[in-house]
Amino acid sequence: MDISKEKLEWIYTTMYRIRRFEETMLEQTLKGNSMGVAHTSDGQEAPPTGICAHLTDKDWIGSTHRGHGHCISKGLETDKMMAEVFGKATGQCGGKGGSMHISDFSKGMLGANGIVGASIPLAVGAALTAKYKGIENESVGVAFFGDGASSQGVLHEAMNLASIWDLPVIFACENNGYAEATPSWYSVSAEDIASRAEGYGMPGVVVDGMDVFAVYDAAGEAIARARAGEGPTFIEMKTYRYHGHFHADDTSKYRKPEEEEHYKNLDAINNFERTVTKQKLMTEKQLKSIRDDIEQEMLHAVEFALSSPMPEASTTYDDVYVNYSNPIPGLR
Amino acid sequence: MTTSQANSPIGPGYEGVQGKEMRFRDIFRDTLRSEMNRDQDVYLMGEDISGGFDKDTKEPLDAWGGPFAATKGLVQEFGPDRIRDAPISEAGFVGAAVGSALTGLRPVVDLMYFDFVTVAFDQLLSNAAKSRYMFGGQTKVPLTLFARSGAGTGHAAQHSESFYSMLAHIPGLKVVVPSDPYSVKGLLAASIRDDDPVFVVNDKKLINLTGFVPDEDYVIELGKGRYMRRGADVTLVGMSYTSVVCQQAADQLAEIGIDAEVIDMMSLSPFDEDILVESVKKTNNVVIVDEDTPRASMASEFAAVIADKAFDYLDAPIKRVTAPHSPVPYNRGLEIEFMPQPEDVVGTVKNTLGWE
Repeated sequence: MDISKEKLEWIYTTMYRIRRFEETMLEQTLKGNSMGVAHTSDGQEAPPTGICAHLTDKDWIGSTHRGHGHCISKGLETDKMMAEVFGKATGQCGGKGGSMHISDFSKGMLGANGIVGASIPLAVGAALTAKYKGIENESVGVAFFGDGASSQGVLHEAMNLASIWDLPVIFACENNGYAEATPSWYSVSAEDIASRAEGYGMPGVVVDGMDVFAVYDAAGEAIARARAGEGPTFIEMKTYRYHGHFHADDTSKYRKPEEEEHYKNLDAINNFERTVTKQKLMTEKQLKSIRDDIEQEMLHAVEFALSSPMPEASTTYDDVYVNYSNPIPGLR
Repeated sequence: MTTSQANSPIGPGYEGVQGKEMRFRDIFRDTLRSEMNRDQDVYLMGEDISGGFDKDTKEPLDAWGGPFAATKGLVQEFGPDRIRDAPISEAGFVGAAVGSALTGLRPVVDLMYFDFVTVAFDQLLSNAAKSRYMFGGQTKVPLTLFARSGAGTGHAAQHSESFYSMLAHIPGLKVVVPSDPYSVKGLLAASIRDDDPVFVVNDKKLINLTGFVPDEDYVIELGKGRYMRRGADVTLVGMSYTSVVCQQAADQLAEIGIDAEVIDMMSLSPFDEDILVESVKKTNNVVIVDEDTPRASMASEFAAVIADKAFDYLDAPIKRVTAPHSPVPYNRGLEIEFMPQPEDVVGTVKNTLGWE
């Protein structure tokens, strides 16, 4: 296997961190510690991890309403993420964005986005900046989106733009089979969403989104192409979300238990553990040590979020603009 | 070469300033050029702004010079990377412009007709306007957009809108409405240099008008209105092309002995509350003229501010002269019926002052 030990450790740490962040956040949300709606991505750890393993802080990603995995893969800190979900002043966005708008511009993370498909052209725009400045080799744009967003017009517009302008973009489609409760077999007209890439003059590949090695390989090739100035690639990763669309969603109303069981048998983290121990790339002891560290990190994240102060009421009025000559703090 | 006259609509402070008479469209293009020379991060994007490409050489042809020839000659000067011709996909390229603004560039987007705003509306509302706020002030969106509004040119219902009120309603966006060559130079330069997203709405009826433009480099502060004419009897409030209508109405009113003051708002978000209140306190009567449809309009918003802050100074109800609550018709006669005319303003002023 052509992956360094450090990278393997990073991959395992990242996937396990995503898994435990989502489980912890869900538990805390159901306890009433979160302020609002949160969408979990456990089960879908392989796509963001396998792709972001190739990126640096100078590369940009656009994300979705189900964005925690993208944030973690791009290096955001889980205590500030948890605090944001809890609506706290110490949160990544000062408590003003919540789960659906976690972002970190210092890490090349353009923000989770609550409008399905809306972040896709942002990643194309980031790639346009790279091309404009002649730094494609060190700054690509990755647009994460799901099977639901594949029906949005703006995806098709963004694919066309990236292709005609040869932009360094990866269209990273996480097909988890469902848009809310609507199955993709109903809403998507093609067997593989990636087949649409051909119509926009770019390579389209389908990979097993439960296999982080498969994602890593496909992403490596696509990102190398982008960095070499050879334009965009579409990667469809077939994956599965273990929990509901949002924290209070009961999947048994629209998914069969056999189907859920099937995907849990393909679990990306178990799959990784089996592979690296069998090939003697990592030991069970190493894996356990990583898991233990993450458990501690989650305890700390919850403690940090719980003990953090609420934002001052006056921050309601901040940052609408960089400057505005007559701000209106609500008429009374 | 000429100098500003004492009665110049560009207002006090510019008497004797060096400048020349220019067409609105020419100073608009000159300002784009000078801002692109001033800052290498500024680039233009829009449909047809390179005017086609030669199939063999792939070189831009600049056949039209972009919509209304606004960018004529610029692609030869700056090349196709900085004059980026976009396919007909407003949501896609406005979104890409927002993405490039979030990552360090200063895009200027030509949206052609103002009506096409709606095709890109989600990117404007959900990404351009909200990113700074929902991300807790981490970022900024130094994006400028411009497009042509207004009836009167036979473009019919889908190419003639003036619904700038819809944009002014959105926290996070700024909206400016130049009314002459002087104001478009200062407002466009200020918008491009501003760190927030700004929409510059140009009424089509202004594009071929001429006016005095100072030679010097200047910006007009966003959110400031100006007096185009001083008067004692009634305040006429204009924005975009209706500032021209107000000037024409003021001329007609002068002939019958009514001394009208004309305010040109120039900016709709933020807007200059102080100038409205100051003028109404002096004249005690106000007529607001707006080519937008009347419901939830800027005219209504200005009226609310005046009622709130200068109620005791009013001698008569605040009056609005607006388009009807209807789409824009095609037929020339119907278009004239649709748009506020100087005569409509004169009639409303006479009623307000109790002349009829």
